[in-house]
Amino acid sequence: MSNISVFPIIIPFFTGILLIFFHKHIMIQRIVSVVSLIVSIIISLILIDTIKKTGVQTLNLSNWEAPFGITLVSDMLSALLILTTNIVALCCILYSFQGIDQDRESYFYYSLIQFLLVGVIGAFSTGDIFNLFVFFEVMLMASYVLLVIGGTKVQLRETVKYILVNIISSALFVATVGYLYSVVGTLNIAHISKRLSEVENSGIITVIAVLFLVVFGLKGAIFPLFFWMPGSYYAAPIPILALFGALLTKVGVYSIARTFTLFFSANEYIFTLLSILSLITIVLGVIGSLAYNDIKKIIIYNILTAVGVILYGVAAFTENSLIGSLFYLMHDMVIKTALFLLIGAIFAASGTFHLNKMGGLLNSHPALAWTFFIAAISLAGIPPLSGFIGKLMIIQGGFEKHDYCGSFIVLISSLFVLLSVIKIFIKAFWGTKTKAEKPSIKALLFPSIILVCLSFFMGIFSESIYSYISLAADTLLHPTNYIEAVLKE
Amino acid sequence: MKTNDLILQTITKIIIFLILLFSVDIFFAGHYTPGGGFVGGLMTSAALVLLLIAYDIKTVANLFPVNYIYVAATGLLIALVTGISSIIRHKPFLTHAFNKHVHLPLFGETSLHTAALFDLGVYLVVVGVTMTIIQSIGEDK
Repeated sequence: MSNISVFPIIIPFFTGILLIFFHKHIMIQRIVSVVSLIVSIIISLILIDTIKKTGVQTLNLSNWEAPFGITLVSDMLSALLILTTNIVALCCILYSFQGIDQDRESYFYYSLIQFLLVGVIGAFSTGDIFNLFVFFEVMLMASYVLLVIGGTKVQLRETVKYILVNIISSALFVATVGYLYSVVGTLNIAHISKRLSEVENSGIITVIAVLFLVVFGLKGAIFPLFFWMPGSYYAAPIPILALFGALLTKVGVYSIARTFTLFFSANEYIFTLLSILSLITIVLGVIGSLAYNDIKKIIIYNILTAVGVILYGVAAFTENSLIGSLFYLMHDMVIKTALFLLIGAIFAASGTFHLNKMGGLLNSHPALAWTFFIAAISLAGIPPLSGFIGKLMIIQGGFEKHDYCGSFIVLISSLFVLLSVIKIFIKAFWGTKTKAEKPSIKALLFPSIILVCLSFFMGIFSESIYSYISLAADTLLHPTNYIEAVLKE
Repeated sequence: MKTNDLILQTITKIIIFLILLFSVDIFFAGHYTPGGGFVGGLMTSAALVLLLIAYDIKTVANLFPVNYIYVAATGLLIALVTGISSIIRHKPFLTHAFNKHVHLPLFGETSLHTAALFDLGVYLVVVGVTMTIIQSIGEDK
């Protein structure tokens, strides 16, 4: 019985509380949050190593046996996601030193980021469906405040929408958990999975599956439930937007992957539905990212495409497609943050988000230009970079399922994704200079360079990462491993 | 027009102690009977709100010169430390310790449980959050 799986949750929680006491001292806040995130990264590396050596780590909180208490389950999937989350958050905080104003910083900004991390990491590592709900709420509460902090008009308007949508989806989540509880009589995810496999495949389980799809789809922004995302995300300041874009939708995606593979893996209907919806999500994301001339909007719609691609891999549910999805999930968290931070730097350099008003940044900011270029081709999935392997394996999985149409859509979508980001590159960096002065953006550029390097190494060393990710896909593919680890049979 | 709320203020002075005592009673009764940190905290803040109605924000701030945000943070800290203390004893996070037979000088034999400390955390968070909400809404002119 080791407590290591609880540390990734405790550390940001403790830091968040500590930072409340120092909310007027900005320097202390910055130092403490960076130190705490570095410690978290080290701990998640240790956690990954432990899981690699000894298998799935479970921790029965309060020392109650598995189905009766809350269990924290850290398998390779959640450990990898925790590591990625911490790295992404560290880079966003480094960006915030320059990228966010002092007013926001002194109103609990760093505290809120830590509480957001508590929610996200908690959602990744919990083994209890109601505890998952609670961590969703922790995450959402922090995100409400992060979205509205600063109190500009557009933020206020979009926060109202965002809160409304999420309150409704949270209420639906509770109702769904209620239905599920009335069918199986337990809340522990592993135990639910076991009980559901004993129940005959009745209609009510399909209904619950669709309800879960609606709930997590609202959080994870899939077609028809993504309508709140472009507007709400557009309102947030850049580092907050980067955090949201990298973490919040991915928690929804993770929950779909976790619940569907554990609860409904025998249900053909729900996987077909998920596959169709994710393909439509891809198409809509691509259309959105091509339609706009606003760099923020373009990247926001690219989130949608990525969510679609990942979920298509989950829906195909072969070994290759699952490994591909997980690879793509991690890649996308890293590269989306990099892209958001980069468009923040572009905004700082050119003073506008509108493509037609900028140009000629290649001469004044070459480092920014080439970092953006590498991030852009990595997003599209050009071979040596990290976006390639994931998409390749997802498409491979699609072909194994003889779903040629779906694989083709995923393939074509890469082309349009590339088009949408190269459009930014051509219009913002080529051409003639529109602005005389040359603002220094070194501090803003530095975190995204870290992330782009990381993405580059993920691509180069994909062979060694592969062994970790195939372990992660293994628990998704064979739920019995997960159930046995939790229920100790 | 300045109204004279002599009756309200006098009654408040008496009632407030009853409410505070009742909230403490509910807080400590939580383990065996209905009650606990949440209701106890709400009732304590109800007492403070009654003071706010009878007097004004400045008087109450003079009476209890605390920043309620820090009260909430202290509560969170207490709850978290209760959880962490079990890690130090090499038990899973949040494993509570208890002793059924503790002889306290005045109370005689009592049973003590670290869940009460966790409850104290909840209590402080509830008081802190409620009072922060009410004060910051009330301060707007």
